[in-house]
Amino acid sequence: MTLEMTSGVGGAAGESFVPVKIKPIRPREFKRSDIIVLGAAGLAAYCITWILFDQLTLLSGQLGFVLFCVGFFLGLYWVVNRQLFTRQVAVDRFVAALMTLGALAMFIPLLLLVVFVVARGWNLLSAHVFVATQKGVSELSPVGKAGVAHAIVGTLEQVGLAALIGVPAAVLTAIFINEIGGRFTRTIRVVVTAMSGTPAIVAGIFIYAIWIATFHQGYSGFAGALALAVLLLPTVTRGTEEVLKVVHQDLREASIALAAPEWRTVWSVVLPTARSGLVTSVLLGVAVSIGETAPLLMTVFGNKLMNSNPFNGPQAALPLMAYQQIKLPLQADIDLGYTAALVLFLLVFTLFIVARLLAGGRRRTPGFAALRSRIVNSSLGATEIEQDGFADTPIASYPPSTSTDERDQR
Amino acid sequence: MTLTNDSAKSSRSSFAAAGGLDSIHGEAGEIVANGVHAWFGKRLVLENVNLVMEHQKVTALIGPSGCGKSTFLRIMNRMHETIPGAQLAGEVRLNGINIYDPSERAASARRHIGMVFQRPNPFPAMSIQENVLAGLRFNKIKTSKTSDIVEESLTKAGLWNEVKNRLSEPGGGLSGGQQQRLCIARGLAVKPSVLLMDEPCSALDPTSTRRIEQTIKEISHEVTVVIVTHNMQQAIRVSDYCAFFLAAENEPGRIVEAGSTTQIFEAPVDPRTDDYVNGRFG
Repeated sequence: MTLEMTSGVGGAAGESFVPVKIKPIRPREFKRSDIIVLGAAGLAAYCITWILFDQLTLLSGQLGFVLFCVGFFLGLYWVVNRQLFTRQVAVDRFVAALMTLGALAMFIPLLLLVVFVVARGWNLLSAHVFVATQKGVSELSPVGKAGVAHAIVGTLEQVGLAALIGVPAAVLTAIFINEIGGRFTRTIRVVVTAMSGTPAIVAGIFIYAIWIATFHQGYSGFAGALALAVLLLPTVTRGTEEVLKVVHQDLREASIALAAPEWRTVWSVVLPTARSGLVTSVLLGVAVSIGETAPLLMTVFGNKLMNSNPFNGPQAALPLMAYQQIKLPLQADIDLGYTAALVLFLLVFTLFIVARLLAGGRRRTPGFAALRSRIVNSSLGATEIEQDGFADTPIASYPPSTSTDERDQR
Repeated sequence: MTLTNDSAKSSRSSFAAAGGLDSIHGEAGEIVANGVHAWFGKRLVLENVNLVMEHQKVTALIGPSGCGKSTFLRIMNRMHETIPGAQLAGEVRLNGINIYDPSERAASARRHIGMVFQRPNPFPAMSIQENVLAGLRFNKIKTSKTSDIVEESLTKAGLWNEVKNRLSEPGGGLSGGQQQRLCIARGLAVKPSVLLMDEPCSALDPTSTRRIEQTIKEISHEVTVVIVTHNMQQAIRVSDYCAFFLAAENEPGRIVEAGSTTQIFEAPVDPRTDDYVNGRFG
């Protein structure tokens, strides 16, 4: 596309403009030739590594092969781009390639994990699995007789009870730290932070020591729920605290100026404003606790039969069942363990979608986006995030008004 | 308007109400500051402020930044004490009742002395209607005529015609100027005696500013308005009385001069007032 254009307007005094040919360019466009360069560099790196590994030396090992391949690729890619373009372009392409490889190095294991569980658990997955238990299942039973219904019920009850105990406690703690404060704010924050580093098994031992060994309550889903609540508490507390920080001070002042008591301000203004972020932090907590196996070993114990009463007797749980089945010798038992893991995946997935739909129904609050960006920021090591960074969000991020100031002119 | 304590005392006698703040019902009130001092930590920021803000009038507090105007405003509805380390001394009397009397609750003072802030701050999780009624809800004021109150408050704030068909939409969806008028409506819904405004137009465009100023003029017949402003023209346009605050370097803010707006702007007594209102500093 070539345009002829003359322009006689503007310009410095006495300067005349010559008509120029205009060819639109996109300086950062990744053209077909660039893809060829990329592919060729990759292929060449593979070939060099192959020659090096299989022909010239006695090096072996897949990890070494991949690492050498990546190294050669980056080197070749840099050299080729340096030959074809300027230094800036070469650096840009090199760093982009490095970042993409880094992202893949993170993403591929995650993907493999999901693929692995789905592939192993897929065989036995059927509607039957969701209704049947392991009742009467022995080594001689036909494959596919057993199900995970008892573990689904157990997990839902344990995590539900844990959330019932842990979430209110966590939200109240966060409200205390952020809204009320006092002499113990610092101490409590330190304790909560320390708690979030508690190994899951310690939570299990703690509940075992108190609930089962001291009070002789026996194994039960409730004991498991207590252990999970211990694990859920710090995650939800810290998440909620971050979300509450994002609620702008102006809103609290407005509420106080309307003569609202402090509890009213928290209940009617702060919590509703942070609703979406609250749901996110509760979800994070549930996600932490739903996959825990270690604390359940000593509290729930596991059960092959359906026990829908969480307050009496050992119960099954999906992560616990997966762990226990996979250790068994028979292939059918191992497969059932993987099916339990897959069902756990599906359960978490469903819970998240439902919770997101419930929370995202009215998109008024910036809570989730703000929390996400804060988490990203803090994981990057930026510990000092100024609160004013979100100063405008509570007002500016609502759906833009259709009626603007034109209406004001009336 | 005078600065002496005599007038403060006489006003108390004419407005004396028995039974504390909770006995006040809806009428515009006279608010008197008597010997008000304010500290942040150990630093004195406001010294001996004596001012009468007459009922059904608009009083503007003017002065350069950092002279204590906003602090003074926040003292008048007990918002100053919500800041950690803040202290104060002196009396603020609403219709003769000292709002800092130990027998008065802070909430009662705030219930009768409303406030509009610099930045529009409607509650984002509430609809327009819920925002207007928030004060009633917070104070557990039961009424069967909620829709009447919504309409009345929004009409007074000059917003009714623009939002009457979308009362259940979120308050955050309005424009900045509309949000600020929603905040005024929210403040008026509880029928306060006094409405304090802390630079209510500084975050708004000129058109919205004009609209708010018009609203202030309209509501001043029913409620006493005290407005902090940096905009001298605005003070001239909206106020009946003016108080000029000034803080010399490393000194607390004081009232330099107070009087009718005409007098302050056309015949100021103090040369510093003259300099300020004519734009020679500040």
